[in-house]
Amino acid sequence: MSVFKDAGHLFRFAGLFVLAFLVFLVVRHYVVPKSFGQYGHYRGAAIGEIAARPVKFAGHETCETCHSDVADKKKIGKHAHVNCEACHGALASHANADDPTAVMPVLPDPAVLCARCHTASAAKPKGFPQVDPANHYPGSPCKTCHHPHNPGIDAGGAK
Amino acid sequence: MKISRRQMLILLPAAAVAWESVMAGTPEDAPNYKLTDHWWGMLIDISKCIGCGNCVRACQTENDVPDGFFRTWVERYHVSDEDMTRPEVISPDGGKEGFPVASEDGRKYFFVPKLCNHCADSPCTQVCPVGATFISPDGVVLVDQTYCLGCAYCVQACPYGCRYIHPEKKVADKCTLCYHRITKGLTTACCEACPTGARQLADLKNPNDPIHEFLKTHSVQVLKPQMATGAKAFYNDLDGSVR
Repeated sequence: MSVFKDAGHLFRFAGLFVLAFLVFLVVRHYVVPKSFGQYGHYRGAAIGEIAARPVKFAGHETCETCHSDVADKKKIGKHAHVNCEACHGALASHANADDPTAVMPVLPDPAVLCARCHTASAAKPKGFPQVDPANHYPGSPCKTCHHPHNPGIDAGGAK
Repeated sequence: MKISRRQMLILLPAAAVAWESVMAGTPEDAPNYKLTDHWWGMLIDISKCIGCGNCVRACQTENDVPDGFFRTWVERYHVSDEDMTRPEVISPDGGKEGFPVASEDGRKYFFVPKLCNHCADSPCTQVCPVGATFISPDGVVLVDQTYCLGCAYCVQACPYGCRYIHPEKKVADKCTLCYHRITKGLTTACCEACPTGARQLADLKNPNDPIHEFLKTHSVQVLKPQMATGAKAFYNDLDGSVR
């Protein structure tokens, strides 16, 4: 045993390393999240957490389950591809409520709404229906002649 | 406060248990959604964009994006035929309230909606030192905001300028491609609110998605293809002047 005769200090030093490694393993166990590395070098549970965020736009399919009359009217007109919430705003709070009548949507102001898309500008794609609000029957609301859900003239406005 | 050895021995394991429950999170599994069945992207049709700003407003509503920051925004290009390398580009408040009326001057105008390209080889996820941002198995670039340090390396790395540091949370924030919606079978808020169909969510792993037919039959480009980011925001009718 002469080899280890004067090696006590080395064993103590090695013991210190082993102890430090064990402490590292224990700390690592608690500090690294459980799902880290599940799919890659990130916390796998984050995917579920991000997917669980609340929805604010209900989606037109949800609207159409109750408002099928409007959906039927809309789908034969030029606004067929314009989704409900494009004009009415985010309404998941109304659509997903236990009592939808408790959270009533505010009717959008057509003067602002129609102009936002249909005000004439050279920057807009040619062929997109545009009017100059100052020259196109100024003073009369758009829905006098155009119903927002089916804006064609022959489809009839409020007149 | 003075803690005795006995109190310390009780407190340490208690803290460890509490820490563990914090780190485990509360994942809510979306039923019937398989991560491996999807590979998400977006199709943007420049010829259909009218610059109304509906997408920008919808995104801010859906995702509580703070004022002055944008997960998606719209740019208006004004290009002269003599010098297409120097287009005039404006994006007032991200195009949120639309654009000023333009008058005809013989030069070309068009709108370019921008958002995270959800790159398949994204530079932003590669630089994260802690693994807080990543490409999900279904191809969406996401940020784990509980893990992010806010060092902003990713903000610098994104060649498209799609990331920012959230002013209150002080962590990286970006477009999630409405991950909380697409995993529930809904489309993104910007696509839902787009009145002309200029933006379309695309699932490249779904053989029935119209994206495949579209990519086959149209001249589609991605932004900065020379950077080989594997961008998945596909632009139809993209002008050469777009940077």
